[in-house]
Amino acid sequence: MTLPLILLIAVLVIYPAFYAVHLATLNKTMERYVGFSNFLFLFKRETFWMVVWQSCIFAITAVIFKAIIGFIVAHLVHNIPSKGQRKWRGMLLIPWVIPPAMSTLAWLWLFDPSYSAFNWIFERVGISPIPWLGDVYWARFCVILVNVWIGAPFFMIMYLAALKSVPEQLYEAAKIDGANWWQTMRFVTIPMMRNIIAITALFSTIVTFANFDIVRVLTRGDPLDQTHVFATWAFRVGIEGGDIPLGASVSLFMVPILTIGAIFILRDIVKRGNEA
Amino acid sequence: MTAAASTGAVAVHPKYGSMSSDRRWALRWSYFFLILFAIFFLTPPVYMLITSLKTSQEISAITNPWWVYNPTLDNYRELLTSNQYLRFFLNSSIVSVSVVTITMLISVPAAFALSRMKFWGSTLLGTGVFLTYLIPETLLFIPLFKMMAVFNDLTGISLINKWWVLLILYPTLTVPFCTWIMIGYFASIPKELDEAALIDGATWTQTLTKIFIPVALPGLIAATIFAFTVSWAQFLYPLAFTTSESQLVLPVGIITTLIKGDVFNWGQIMTGALLGAAPPLIIYAFLMDYYIAGLTAGATKG
Repeated sequence: MTLPLILLIAVLVIYPAFYAVHLATLNKTMERYVGFSNFLFLFKRETFWMVVWQSCIFAITAVIFKAIIGFIVAHLVHNIPSKGQRKWRGMLLIPWVIPPAMSTLAWLWLFDPSYSAFNWIFERVGISPIPWLGDVYWARFCVILVNVWIGAPFFMIMYLAALKSVPEQLYEAAKIDGANWWQTMRFVTIPMMRNIIAITALFSTIVTFANFDIVRVLTRGDPLDQTHVFATWAFRVGIEGGDIPLGASVSLFMVPILTIGAIFILRDIVKRGNEA
Repeated sequence: MTAAASTGAVAVHPKYGSMSSDRRWALRWSYFFLILFAIFFLTPPVYMLITSLKTSQEISAITNPWWVYNPTLDNYRELLTSNQYLRFFLNSSIVSVSVVTITMLISVPAAFALSRMKFWGSTLLGTGVFLTYLIPETLLFIPLFKMMAVFNDLTGISLINKWWVLLILYPTLTVPFCTWIMIGYFASIPKELDEAALIDGATWTQTLTKIFIPVALPGLIAATIFAFTVSWAQFLYPLAFTTSESQLVLPVGIITTLIKGDVFNWGQIMTGALLGAAPPLIIYAFLMDYYIAGLTAGATKG
């Protein structure tokens, strides 16, 4: 009964993953084995190092902000009377439900160079208009902002589930012992949520690091290729540029980070499997 | 849910004197910040709606972009009568519904086998399934692209630029996760239940269809919703593998056809995106609890 599953994974996931390694060692026309020269070529290109740097900044900053916002919002929702919680939770998860390609279009329109609705507000209050996607640093800020906007609700839901699973007695005990707000947070809430915090952040790091939709729709890597992450640059080089081996080499650089994330997640699963 | 109820009871308890005034202020601040965050989270979809109700003239006029002066449904009328847009919608629907079916046909029996029949390597396979879920599509699209070219050379069947090729590709995104959460749901079913069925002479197939599927129905619904939303939202594979307008699905269709050169018809783009976001949003509105169960299942179960 597991045969279709095994076939699917073997043919369409495992095989392509190794095939990518093979492809990365071929020349552009894919006729000749060239060893590591694709990688050496990448190491000499400035854009490549920019992409490495940008991917890391993008993933790390976005995950940190998603985690912080998710944590705060989860607490806020947890604080209010439980009959209103459902409504708020439902409303706040909407960014996660809309397909990213479509919601990013809304952001693209909000960031429009001449009709930006944000700049319209800024103009009213006397702030000079911001070149959202035209300036390198603002464009980088924008792709991170959109990513945080899409991902923070997911953290919120996970943390809220974790908060609900903390036994009320622990809070009562802390209160009796005279713990203040910070101590309760530090010694009760965070230790009880630690597992979920870690696993959600790891998941999100993997997904964010491999993100494609947002950068592709919002900036296409512009201005001057300065906002590319691994996935979008691999697409540009491999599919649009027609250099499949080079594209494969670029995408392979995601593997180390993904492996590290996967190892940690796996460790957690094995550990929990043993506890059960 | 009991935890939620008890915190609620504590929160509205009126007896504690100064405590309750503290609580009231905490509550007010909570609402204040919640409203701020809600504004942040809801601005883009609301702005989509606002723009979708405007004419092109109003959009290009220098008026308040946050207000609709002459609301009109022209954008909706135009898109819903345009064969091209309906084609995208139809393609998306066919692809998503078929992928959900394929996913369920593969992952439910597999999860059943992995959770109940202990065979050589079953634990390893279970973990392996989960690991494949962590391999992103952005790592696979280039080798898959080349594989299709090789396949074309070998058999003469062209897979590029056919919408149905997505039916082969999307399951790689949905099956691992769906299998994983179904393993979790199936494993929580008491062994006595299927033992009783076995004693009564039920076959494995009967045990699966008569006991496991009905009992784990909430999990099945969560997995179905997950598979549907993932297939509906997928952007990279259709962008890489389909190009002709008749073969496009919604996300790619909106982006490639409604943006003509440098001319952006924003009213229509926003309408298209909003209509395209509607199916997942409607499902979410009606089946929110299952949707959230599916989201949290990955990390809290198993």
